[in-house]
Amino acid sequence: MAETAVKNQEAWLGKKERKLLTDPLNDNNPITVQVLGICSALAVTTMVVPSVVISIAVVFVCAFANLIISLLRNSIPKQVRMIVQLVVIATLVTVVELTLKAMSFDLYKQLTVYIGLIITNCIIMGRLEAFAMANKPWRSFLDGVGNGLGYGAILIIVAVIKEFFGKGTIAGFPIIGNTTDYMINTTAAGWQGTMFGWYANNNLMVLPASAMFVIGVLIWIQRSYNTKLVDVS
Amino acid sequence: MEYVDLFIKAAFVENMVLAYFLGMCSYLAVSKTVKTAFGLGLAVIFVLGITMPINWVISEYLLSESRGFGALIGADLTFLRFILFIGVIASMVQLVEMIIEKNSPALYNSLGIFLPLITVNCAILGGSLFMVAREYDFGQSVVFGLGSGVGWFLAIIAIAAIREKIKYSNVPPALRGLGMAFILTGLMGIAFMSLMGIDAGQLMGIK
Repeated sequence: MAETAVKNQEAWLGKKERKLLTDPLNDNNPITVQVLGICSALAVTTMVVPSVVISIAVVFVCAFANLIISLLRNSIPKQVRMIVQLVVIATLVTVVELTLKAMSFDLYKQLTVYIGLIITNCIIMGRLEAFAMANKPWRSFLDGVGNGLGYGAILIIVAVIKEFFGKGTIAGFPIIGNTTDYMINTTAAGWQGTMFGWYANNNLMVLPASAMFVIGVLIWIQRSYNTKLVDVS
Repeated sequence: MEYVDLFIKAAFVENMVLAYFLGMCSYLAVSKTVKTAFGLGLAVIFVLGITMPINWVISEYLLSESRGFGALIGADLTFLRFILFIGVIASMVQLVEMIIEKNSPALYNSLGIFLPLITVNCAILGGSLFMVAREYDFGQSVVFGLGSGVGWFLAIIAIAAIREKIKYSNVPPALRGLGMAFILTGLMGIAFMSLMGIDAGQLMGIK
């Protein structure tokens, strides 16, 4: 009895399955290695909260689009597969949009077109083409979750860096800055001359362009540690 | 005059790639040589210019509750927006591909592979969604479509030219290729920000 339980567990979440989940986090990261899906959501990375929302939405859409396409994969004619994929993705994104509109209208206003742009997020299309069209539903689902998480991880790292250095806050919680609202007030008497005394918020980090620098440096760091990813050309 | 203003704003100040990060995937993937970047850029201008007015008509006369079909059946169909927009874009790209293939095989051969890529270019769908969010009218949507197409074209040509030159520089190995492309794009974005205060009227001596 116990033996079969273990076997079952292996089938559901064995070594290969776990690899599907963890690979996209580093070795095969959608943004820094596959270079997919940079398009839609980087402009929202100025703040942490919208980035988290977008990441959750991408995980959801990517996982379920993979699952649905994988279930349908044998009955989709080759010529029209792009349209079928787009319709599945667009439907899921509409679900996300309406849910967000109903649950948190403020966030919905803040994200404006970027929710809709998940449709053209290349990761989702890319994973459908590369994985879901050729694999079984459960594995495709895990692949979708993994890639969504890999994407979300980069998004949230960038957002934390940008918001902390740009505004001195993390997820809206004031930490370091030059008024009394902040936890570490760089102009207060006690803190002056300490290691934080020199700090003023860096407005460059609020600009959209700085997301490019942050990702560029992240890629640099990742490839210095993981030399097999370096471009040979 | 208003149109010139909007065109300049769409092409330079609010550049699709450098200010909103739209169309990044093909921008990074196809910017290794100027020649291919040129072809893809032209195709994007073309598709943006066509799909934007079509999507405007759809969202005004088919989906909105106040006019056309929506008013006829008395329902707000805006929740169908995503599916219809992406459908229009996909079919337009297919149509453009067929027309070019028939009339100009030479152009088709040089563009061939890039045309299907345009369907999932976020700049196209993003343009249509911006158009709805900012409530442009028909004329404005045409100008905005062409303007953002030209902006995308300029950005991809510029990065391709820089990447062709930077091949000869001694960049740290881990930063080569992708990493450098990101940092260059960031620098270009900051450069384009300096165009923010442009006033088209003043530029032409009218105001």
